[in-house]
Order: sequence, then structure tokens, then C-alpha cells
Amino acid sequence: MTTPSNNPPLLEVKNLRVEFPTRRGTLLAVDDISFDIAPGEVLGMVGESGAGKSLTGNAIIGLLEPPGCIAGGEIRLEGRRIDNLPYEEMRKVRGARIGAIFQDPLTSLNPLYSIGRQLVETIQTHLPLSAAQARTRALDLLKEVGIPGAETRIDHYPHQFSGGMRQRVVIALALCAGPRLIVADEPTTALDVSIQAQIIALLKRLCREHGTAVMLVTHDMGVIAETADRVAVMYAGRIAEVGPVRDVVKHAKHPYTKGLMGSIPSLGVRTERLTQIDGAMPRLTEIPEGCAFNPRCTERGTRCLVERPDLMAAGTSRAACWLHDRGGVGAPLMAQRSGGETVDA
Amino acid sequence: MAVASGLSGWLHRVTDSDVWWSFKSSPMTVAAAVATLLIVAVAFLSPVLAPHTPFDPASLNLSDGLKPPVLVSPDGEWAFPLGTDDQGRDVLSSIMYGTRLSLVVSLAAVAVAMVLGISLGLISGYFGGAVDAVIMRVADVQLTFPAILVALLIDGVVRGIISVKRHDEIAIFVVVGAIGLSFWVSYARTVRGSVMVERNKEYVQAARVIGLSPLLIMVRHVLPNVTGPVLVIATLNLGLAVITEATLSFLGVGLPSTEPSLGTLIRLGNEVLQSGDWWITVFPGATLAALVLAVNLLGDWLRDALNPKLR
Amino acid sequence: MPDGTGTQFVRIAGLKRYFDVSAPWLVRMIESRPRQIVQAVDGIDIEIAKGETFSLVGESGCGKSTVARLVVGLYPPTDGTIEFDGNDMAGRHSRADMAALRRRMQMIFQDPYASLNPRWRVFDIIAEPIRAFGLSKDKADLQKRVEDLLRQVKLTPADGRKFPHEFSGGQRQRVSIARALASQPEFLVCDEPTSALDVSVQAQILNLMVDLQRRFGLTYLFISHNLAVVYHISTRVGVMYLGRLVEVAPTETLFTRPKHPYTRMLLDTIPDLDMTGRQRAPVAGEVPSPINPPSGCTFHPRCPFANDRCKVERPMPLAIEGGTVACHAIEEGRLPVEERSYAVNS
Repeated sequence: MTTPSNNPPLLEVKNLRVEFPTRRGTLLAVDDISFDIAPGEVLGMVGESGAGKSLTGNAIIGLLEPPGCIAGGEIRLEGRRIDNLPYEEMRKVRGARIGAIFQDPLTSLNPLYSIGRQLVETIQTHLPLSAAQARTRALDLLKEVGIPGAETRIDHYPHQFSGGMRQRVVIALALCAGPRLIVADEPTTALDVSIQAQIIALLKRLCREHGTAVMLVTHDMGVIAETADRVAVMYAGRIAEVGPVRDVVKHAKHPYTKGLMGSIPSLGVRTERLTQIDGAMPRLTEIPEGCAFNPRCTERGTRCLVERPDLMAAGTSRAACWLHDRGGVGAPLMAQRSGGETVDA
Repeated sequence: MAVASGLSGWLHRVTDSDVWWSFKSSPMTVAAAVATLLIVAVAFLSPVLAPHTPFDPASLNLSDGLKPPVLVSPDGEWAFPLGTDDQGRDVLSSIMYGTRLSLVVSLAAVAVAMVLGISLGLISGYFGGAVDAVIMRVADVQLTFPAILVALLIDGVVRGIISVKRHDEIAIFVVVGAIGLSFWVSYARTVRGSVMVERNKEYVQAARVIGLSPLLIMVRHVLPNVTGPVLVIATLNLGLAVITEATLSFLGVGLPSTEPSLGTLIRLGNEVLQSGDWWITVFPGATLAALVLAVNLLGDWLRDALNPKLR
Repeated sequence: MPDGTGTQFVRIAGLKRYFDVSAPWLVRMIESRPRQIVQAVDGIDIEIAKGETFSLVGESGCGKSTVARLVVGLYPPTDGTIEFDGNDMAGRHSRADMAALRRRMQMIFQDPYASLNPRWRVFDIIAEPIRAFGLSKDKADLQKRVEDLLRQVKLTPADGRKFPHEFSGGQRQRVSIARALASQPEFLVCDEPTSALDVSVQAQILNLMVDLQRRFGLTYLFISHNLAVVYHISTRVGVMYLGRLVEVAPTETLFTRPKHPYTRMLLDTIPDLDMTGRQRAPVAGEVPSPINPPSGCTFHPRCPFANDRCKVERPMPLAIEGGTVACHAIEEGRLPVEERSYAVNS
């Protein structure tokens, strides 16, 4: 594992804001988040649906779906600003410097072309290779991602592959031009558990061998725990906690992360009831004042209702919670209601 | 109280919906809706609004015949703003009554097609198998005939069976039936497709677990969820039905000249068009074009507004 | 059976369900293609005692959801019997008797966005089973029952006036549970009830299901692909592979002393969230197509312990340690039972 702090960051995201203008007003889906990824590092981006984790990934690869747009902040790759590049420029960066892997491998592959043709095309777009050289490289990539019988499979079409094999092809496609960063958005969610484990192992091995950094976006804490070096936990468009994966998983600092970890059934201890966080994540239209998590928080105080915490040092991690501020949370408050849904009930 | 609050709640839901928003933000659609409403209102209020009752022989005076429209000729009279035909009938009043008749026939025809198409589509989609195969093959055969041809065929058969005198009395039902029968396929196909999607959804399975009968499941659960596309087809079909009725009447196999629709009026005017009395046919024609255009614009908008992929 | 209650509440014997996925007749004739039959469920036996939670786990395509749908009668079985509290579900019953049986078993579905009719208010959705089975005396009684149900799933009576789209996924699943409870069933078939939900919401729903089970003495058939969830909620677990049950065991036994090689492989896929650094064998291979399943033991192409017998002879369930295992290697004593522990060392 590389030690991130010694190297200049590969990717720098500063005060990123993603907005969705709608007819009922502008929704702030990603609200002022900042993080770095070091070369070769795997950063897990975890959160529940609607937390803004996928949007953050899409903003980085420049594929935000309209009407979503970057409304503030900057994204730098190897020191070069990439959030304001024109489409054509960004297309060259994407593919050459940043690879992308999506949840559904079928949508990343063109059903009308053989996978070999798609690989060769992508390679030739980004690298100065002849057709024969590109094909050799494509074949090497397919072997590397573990496609059995790559010599014949290279001329097959996407529908002739199983889900797991397709995802391997997509990984090969993402690696074509030797990118420095791969943004993987829920790469294992559509796959069966036994295939998931294989894909995670593959992704880990490849990134170690190529020194590629990965931003792994997922809702699955298990995948993160297996794969990531560091993890950022997102809640309602903000980063609630970020730190080394072991510390976040085992010694969470933010009450949300604690609740999230507690709500995953554990094989170690068999309990009658799971720890649960009451309520649900607020809709973007109903994000509360102060700390966005405060209505569901069991440790909240008066300060949490009015003042929004930024990330602050909490042990080896950083957490956006007043518990870790010298000023504290203020006078303690009871949680709003126990057992029921509080937020959008 | 309860009704009032229910109504205001419903109104709120309508004005708050995405469909209403898309309606409001499209001036063309608003204009089309206003035009449609205006034409429909005037047509159905024709007994009150029309200056004359053109098809009451007692009120006709041959000396009023072939008067030109007021605005284009000094020979015109304000009593007949759009002129008169050779019988002395007021063209404006004829159009108002004729539009009403055209609308009634078209609405009835669309209703017939809807009932037939939705029922067959539901049965076909829900039960599948041989029933589905038979219904869909009949639909395929039906589709190979243009609507006009089907209508002509039905009209011809009915004429063969029934005496000419009786025929005029039931002409309106024949036209409604003929148009209705030629339009059912699009409903059946759309509903069948939607049903096959909805049938496998878990809420339908939940109803089956309770043991509800297929009929109840179709009517209560599936039908309400396929109304969107049906509404779109119905709107677009209305325009088409108006045209088809006009075509049939123009060809003389539609409504008789004693009860003229817009199509009949155009045909009657067409006969004297050569002698320069253009207003008898042009004004009904323009009305027909305006009505169909407005209704089709509404239908096009509705199709886009209800299709989440295009939004 | 381990619970020793003597009477089995649900008894599934030799259950089979084949699906014909052939191309249409005409296409088959012209292109001379054979019929294609998917053996979704290929002869399974399950006995569920009253008050227990029996879970079926397996990867997609293993037939677990088909079992759920067969049990509640959404599909007729190709072969085999399903007995519910001593009544053969396929037997001749009068309409009233059949309705009485149906009332006692209900189902909770996977997708909270598809399982509620989007055009209906929540009140009507929950009231539907009550109306269908004629369980309420009058309107006031119906109102009261629905309100009670809403409270039981931790929603408020005012939520009854809303439409499904006004709720979050977790709340919709609560509505779905309330509907399933409306006919006062004794047996609930839960088909992946939490797999579409976020983990924090999943915990809420699992806790609710445990609470309701204790309160009403419910029996659950729980279908899931998530082993951690299954470990948490079940009394006994059945592992399915390609339409067959490869292993059935009490939960603790299955997770700590897994016998069938496929069960061991599945357990190896569970992410190490406690960071114990436990050693796990890498998983290999993929589930073959159920249209042409491998001969003999269907797991043999992926099994590190397979021999020639496994390739030709289908293993039969063998009683062992309070459960059953269908594996030649275990039967012949070639494969020693393996002890696993998940102790947390923090």
C-alpha cells in the first residue's frame, strides 16, 4: 500500500458543488466537498442512495447528466484543472488519463461490435499504435483480466459473455490507454456474490500492478472494506467522514458512520436486533438546517441544529461532527422520535 | 366538505404535476387547447348561438340563395356573415351544426374503438397464449386495410342489407361503427404491451396471492396503469376520426345531406365550386383543418408529456 | 426435525418447476431448434416448523425465488406437493376453503417500487386483502384495522391518505409488510425483502420483521442472496444451487461447520467487515446455465473435490448434524467437515 501523504495528489477535488436546476428551484446534490486521491491509492466513496456519491464520480469524469452541472469548486488531475475543459478536450482526458467502469457492463459495451474491435478502437484513439499492435495489446489486456480463451473470445460480441466476464471486458476497456485513475461506479452491484469477489480481487490486483488509482463508488461497505485504502462516507451531498478504511470501519467517528456500520449484520456476533438509524436520508428539497444528519442523530445537541460542521480532525480520520470540536455539540437533545421514520414521514 | 377538500386536493395535484407544468410552458399547446375548446363549445352550443336553423326547411327562403360573405362582397348581408348556399342556408350556421355532428360521430367512434381495443388488449395481454395469438393475428389483418377501406366495406355491406330509406336513419350508426372498427387495433396493441409489462409487476402478483379473479385484477389494478398511452392514442385518433368521417361523407357514403357534417358540407359546396361560389366549401374546409390541427397538436404534446424518456 | 415440535407447518416434497423457454413453434420448426426447458426447481424437499424462519440462499438463477412463488401459488408446480398445515395446496378444495388457506399465507416482495400499485392510496392498498377476504364488519372496523396495521409497521394513520410515490423505499416496504399482515396470516414468504434497500433501512426492516414475528408468532420463508442477512435472521438455512438444495442445516451449524463445497465457497464470498483478516479461498467459476445443467452433481465443474462419480450420479440428501447434505464427497468421508469461526478481535 502506498502512503498517500508523501506524494503530491493525483486527483484533487476542492469545494465541488453539483447542482440540479429544476422548476421547483435548484437542488444542491453535492454540497462543497473536497478530497484527494494519491497515485495508486484506492479511495472508497460510500453512501446510501441519493447521497451524491455517483454524481461526484460523474463530475470527475465529466459525464454529469444534464441538467446537472458543476456549480462551483475545481477538480485537478495531476495538477491540471479538468472540470472546465471543453467537451473534446475532456474526451481525450477520459480514456487516456481517467478510465470509467459502470454498474451495468452491458451499457458500457456496444452490442453491435465485437469486443476486440471496441478495444482496438479505444486503444488507437488514445495511443499511437498500428492496428496489429493495438490488437496485440487488446489480447494482452483480455488475458490480464482473466478471460479464458482470449484468442477466440476477442472476436465475440458482448451478448456472448456472462455478466462477470462482461465486467472483466469493461475493466480491460478502462485500462486500454493505461490511465492514472479509474472511477468505478458500483462495479459489482449487478453481479452475483461469487462473481463480485472475483471482480474485486481482479480490480485490486490490476491497480497494484499498474499503479493505477481507483475511486470506488459503492453502497456496499463490504466491497469497501475489502478493497479500499481510504474511505469517504457521504451523507446528503456532503462528506460525513473520511479516513483510513480500517479506522472508519472499526472505529467510526461520525454518528452516521457508527450507525451505518452497526446496521450491517455481522457474522461475529449474532444479535436479536440490529443497530438501526431511525428515519431516512432527507430528500434534497428537505435538507435540514445545521448538520444534515441531526434529525436522526442520537448524540445531537443544540449546536447541531443551527451550525453546519465541516470536516475536522477526529483521531486518524476526519469527521464532520461537532462531537470532535472543542466547542462540542451544545446542550444535548433527545432524538426526535425513536422507532419511526422522522425525516420525510 | 369532504368532497370540496377532495376536489381542491385533486386540483392541487393537477396544478402541481409535471404534466401541467409542461402544458403551461408550451404556448403552442395552450393555443391548441384554447382553439379546441372554442370550436367544441361553439359547436355544442350551436342551437343557442347559431343565427339560423339551416336544416329546418320552413325557415329557408330560396331568394336568400348564394349570397357571398359580407366582408368580400357588397352583395353580402349581415344576416348571413359567411354567405349562403344555393338553398339559402346560412353557411356559418351550417358549419356550427356540422361541426357538432362531426364531433359527435368522431367521439362516439373513438369511444367504440377504445372499448373494443382496450378489452381485447387486456384479454390478449393478460391471458397470452392462443387467445393472444388469435386476437393479434386478427389485428394484423385489420391493419393491412386502410381505415377508409374498412369503413367503405362496412358501409357497403350495410347498404346491401338495408333499404335506402332506412339507411339514412341509421347512417350515423354505420359511420360510427365503421370508423370505430377500423381504429381499435392501435388501442389493443398498446394496451396489450402495457399489460404484459404490468402483469409481471409485483403489485399484480400481490393481488394474485390474495386470490383476486383475473377480471378484478385487470379492471382494478392493470387498467388504471395503462390509461396514459390510451389517452394519447385517443386524442390523436380523434383528429383522425374527424378526417375519416369527413372523407366518408365527402365520398357520399357518410352522413346524408339532410344531416350534414363538415364532410357533407364540403361535398355539397364542391358541387358548386366551379361556378365561383367558393365560400360554401372553403369555410367548412377551413373549420375542419383548424379542428384537426388543434386536436393533433394537443395529442402530440400529450404523447411527449406522458413519455418520461423524452422529458 | 431439530425443533422437535413434531408437526411440520409447511412441508414441501419433491417440488419441481420447469419453464418452457423455447422459441415460438414456427421458428422452432423452420430453424429446427429443439425445445428448451429450464429446470428452475428440480426436486426439493423442505420442512418448516411453526414459528421458525427458514431461509433459502443461493445465487441468481438458483431457483430460490421460484420456490417462493410456487409456495404461495403464483405458479403451479410441475411435480411434487406443497402441504400447508396438513392441507395439500393442490388438492381439491372448495372456493371458501381455498380462500381460507390463502388468507393464512402472504408474501412480501423484493422491489418496493413495483410492489405497490402507483395509482392507489396506501389505505386502499392495505385494505385490499381485508376486503377481499371479508374480514371487516363495517367501514369503521376497516378504518381501525388499517390504522392499526400502519402503526404496527411504524407509520402513522395519516400516511394512509398518501400515494406510494410520496414515500421512501423503506417506507414503501413497510406498507408492503402492512398489506401482507392485513389478512392476519401465519406464514409469510419473503422474497429478498431488503435487497433493494440501503443498509440502514435494511436494518430497520429486519428489526421490524423480527418484532412482528415475535408478536404474532409468524413463520417465515425468507429468500435472500445476502449471507450476512440470512445468518442474522434465520433459524435454519437451505442452500440452493441450480434448482436443487445442496445443504440444509441450523444456521449456526451451517456457518460454523459448513459441509457442502458450494456452501463453503459461498461463505468465502462474505466480505470481511470485522477486519479479522480471516483466510478465504479465492472463488472460481460461474453458475452454468440452468437450461443444460451439468450431469450428476450440478456443482461438479466448479468443485475442487469432484471425482468421476460426481460427474455421473446425482447425490441424494443425506441426514447429518440436524440437517441434510447432498454431496458424494461428504457421504464417502472424502471431505472432512471444516470448522470456521468469525470471532471479532478488535
